[in-house]
Amino acid sequence: MILIVGSNMTEAHPVAATFVKDAVLGGAQLIVVDPRRTDLVDFANLHVPIKVGSDVAFINGVMNVLISENLYDKKYVESCTIGFEELRQKVMEYPPERAAAISGVSAEMIREVARRLASVKPAMLMYTLGITEHVCGVNNVMSCANLQMLLGNVGFECGGVNPLRGQNNVQGACDMGALPNVFPGYQRVDNEQAREKFRKAWKVKSLPDKPGLMMPTMMEGLTTGKIKGFYVFGENLANTEPDIHHVEHCLQSAEFLVCQDIFPTETTRFAHVILPAAAWSENDGTFTSSERRVNRVRTASVPPGEAKPNWWIFKEIAGRMGHKWKSANAREIWDNEVSVLAPSLAGIKYSRLENDGLQWPAPSEDHPGTATLHKDGCFTCGLGVLKAIDWIPPAEVPDEDYPLVLSTGRRLYHYHTRTQTGRSSGINELLPEETADISAADAEAKGIVDGEMISVKSRRGEVAVKARITRQVPQGLVWMAFHFREACANWLTNPVYDPVTQTAEYKACAVRIDKLKAMTLAENECNEV
Amino acid sequence: MEDTLFILNGKETPFKPGQMILEAARNGGIEIPTLCYLKGAAPTGACRICLVEVKGARSLMAACSTPVSPGMEVFTDTEQVHKARKLNVELLLAAGRHNCLMCEANGNCRLQDLAYFYKITKLQFPEKELSDIYPVEDENPFIVRDFSRCILCGRCVQACNELVVNRAISQGYRGSESKIVTGGDQPYNNSECVFCGQCVEVCPTGALTEKKARGLGRAWETQKIRTTCPYCGVGCQQWLHIKDGRIVKVTAVEDAQPNQGRLCVKGRFAYDFIYSEDRLKTPLIREAEGGFREASWDEALDLVAEKFKEIIKKNGPDAIAGVSCARSINEDSYQMQKLFRAVIGTNNIDHCART
Ligand code: SF4
Ligand code: SF4
Ligand code: SF4
Ligand code: FES
Repeated sequence: MILIVGSNMTEAHPVAATFVKDAVLGGAQLIVVDPRRTDLVDFANLHVPIKVGSDVAFINGVMNVLISENLYDKKYVESCTIGFEELRQKVMEYPPERAAAISGVSAEMIREVARRLASVKPAMLMYTLGITEHVCGVNNVMSCANLQMLLGNVGFECGGVNPLRGQNNVQGACDMGALPNVFPGYQRVDNEQAREKFRKAWKVKSLPDKPGLMMPTMMEGLTTGKIKGFYVFGENLANTEPDIHHVEHCLQSAEFLVCQDIFPTETTRFAHVILPAAAWSENDGTFTSSERRVNRVRTASVPPGEAKPNWWIFKEIAGRMGHKWKSANAREIWDNEVSVLAPSLAGIKYSRLENDGLQWPAPSEDHPGTATLHKDGCFTCGLGVLKAIDWIPPAEVPDEDYPLVLSTGRRLYHYHTRTQTGRSSGINELLPEETADISAADAEAKGIVDGEMISVKSRRGEVAVKARITRQVPQGLVWMAFHFREACANWLTNPVYDPVTQTAEYKACAVRIDKLKAMTLAENECNEV
Repeated sequence: MEDTLFILNGKETPFKPGQMILEAARNGGIEIPTLCYLKGAAPTGACRICLVEVKGARSLMAACSTPVSPGMEVFTDTEQVHKARKLNVELLLAAGRHNCLMCEANGNCRLQDLAYFYKITKLQFPEKELSDIYPVEDENPFIVRDFSRCILCGRCVQACNELVVNRAISQGYRGSESKIVTGGDQPYNNSECVFCGQCVEVCPTGALTEKKARGLGRAWETQKIRTTCPYCGVGCQQWLHIKDGRIVKVTAVEDAQPNQGRLCVKGRFAYDFIYSEDRLKTPLIREAEGGFREASWDEALDLVAEKFKEIIKKNGPDAIAGVSCARSINEDSYQMQKLFRAVIGTNNIDHCART
């Protein structure tokens, strides 16, 4: 049994999707919870088209049924979790009828999901950014965890709560401590002992003890003058962040902006210094995949011109600021620093990564790595915590002026802002431009035909984009990606954030669509001539 | 005799219940040639190259689709077996036009290997007329379909339908008209095809080849380097085929975790961005008037270090912030957070985990 929530896998994680489809061919049940009729729906036993941003209400409704109908795993809940009573009380406030009213699916469907989930063990839950890119992203994730713990599905192969990582090395960047509150290996910067350990290893007098800023706050800091120097490594913030007008204003305000990248981007336009970096196959190194697998990346070709490995650039700057670092290649950095300092990576050395890599935690060099976390319900922090969670609506909901919901995501052929795929020959041929995907009903209401240029407008911006009428999208929803600059969804998206992770609400804001009158006129004239 | 043993070329050999002769033999160290057999898919028995002799059977049996039974006596290396296999290779050669000189798969073709192994020096049967062969279809940017080299083994169809389950192609038409077709026999780019290239990966001949690799290097001229895909978080394992320090094509690492020989369109075909003329090749410094000028590494790095020192002195280390890259290698992110914490003295380091 596989439950997929908010994940358009066939496009965003195509190879992972092939294994899901294989499982279905092999007899597994599949439930897809997604506002859109994604391609995986063709393989699903059940498609649950909940409204954008109603995840918590829907899951609470499912849990309500599991508890009211006595379908949950009592033994697991009693022995492996705490907080059941609070959870029970909360989900009792979400009888299927109420959950149905919020999420836009029928109460019967909610009951059916609960009954189906309870009927097979273990069931695997997979989610992607459809869960996290909301003001209530953390609550959404915790709801998924609640559901799986209630079903007794955490800690088993083919069970668990499995996020699929959007970018190849998001997992690794977190593991390495590219986060404001933790050192490599998730050791907290406000922990005295951790600080002391890193202070000694890095041979410095002291280390800052107060957690730093998360990216959206950094950006705000640029406009208030709190942040003077900003170092952007490899991210095209001017296209990937919500509300491009605002983001560009922030970047513009930087007193000193350093960009390190492989291509000039919309972001490097604002830089004071641009540093050319070596790319993917021009480096030795490691990536860590969604399943915590550390894999080798190997050098196949030389960087162009004077481009240099990123680790080298950082080392050189450190050197010029009075710190001589010893490690002289990626392998030395990993073997002599990373794996020495991060206990969960202690057993991972380059010599062990020749074939299929290793999944952390691997605490010692004879440890085989760990495929499943929380084995048999044994959570690293003792018992699994069930949390009572209330549903909150997206920060911006449709109204008279902006009657539709805009949700965003990725398409198969492109990747992010196309700095890479747009420059790989052939890819643009397969997907040459952005579209606004809309339902036939919404198109008809505005007299829009398939392929016509339309205006999509939010309180933050407006884009002209080709309409694509598709049955994938339900009435009331507009769906776009952010691969193309001109019609980038982020001119429109709402810069509001989950209070804990500061993940932006890319998945929901209010927009209106209209025919582009001038254009149609011009086209008509052409036709007449 | 125990019910988990059979006799392979005169030797008692173990097998698992339900196993086909092919797999049991391979486990026992005996190689049987195959063309149509595709691991992970239901055997079709289409090519008849894996023929073996089974004692008591009236005819030769296809090893890929004949289950072993206890005590079964199997011979893989008899004259009769080799004669039949050779005949089948000759028939396959005649069913198309296999001009290896002009084939992209030269040196990487199982049919060519078999023809060589069986010392076939001249065609026993006349080749199919060119006019009877469907024309090459390469309207899409990535995959060339050359029907003159298609032996109708069906591996591509199985890969597309049973492994990656994109359901874009199937066996079409009948008899000598047979062809691997998309829905409505349209070109790939007008079909359900999502260009994962799995069909190319499994094609044993030059019938399906990578368009972008054309003419860039023969199999024996390239070196294979294993690496990890730079796109999504699945972390697929790839072989980069390199000639003269340049990536010629990308294929999947078979049997590797996590992708088990599969890739998607990005992992397989979107590798050449690194050769784009747009690459940043030298450090650049903004000029007073707003444009950029080229600079040496020393000048650019000195400027960054000086500016940072100045800001730290004037506004404190927390006036500097940095965003690391979730696409780059671990070691790069490690170095960047170390620079921020140990050198600049701030925890203002984050990355785009959230997009
Ligand atoms: S295209 Fe290749 S894999 Fe497909 S049937 Fe023809 S020879 Fe076999
Ligand atoms: S490229 Fe992929 S989807 Fe297209 S026909 Fe081949 S296997 Fe099927
Ligand atoms: S090949 Fe496709 S599915 Fe695999 S890691 Fe690359 S982008 Fe992801
Ligand atoms: S491999 Fe057995 S019939 Fe083709």
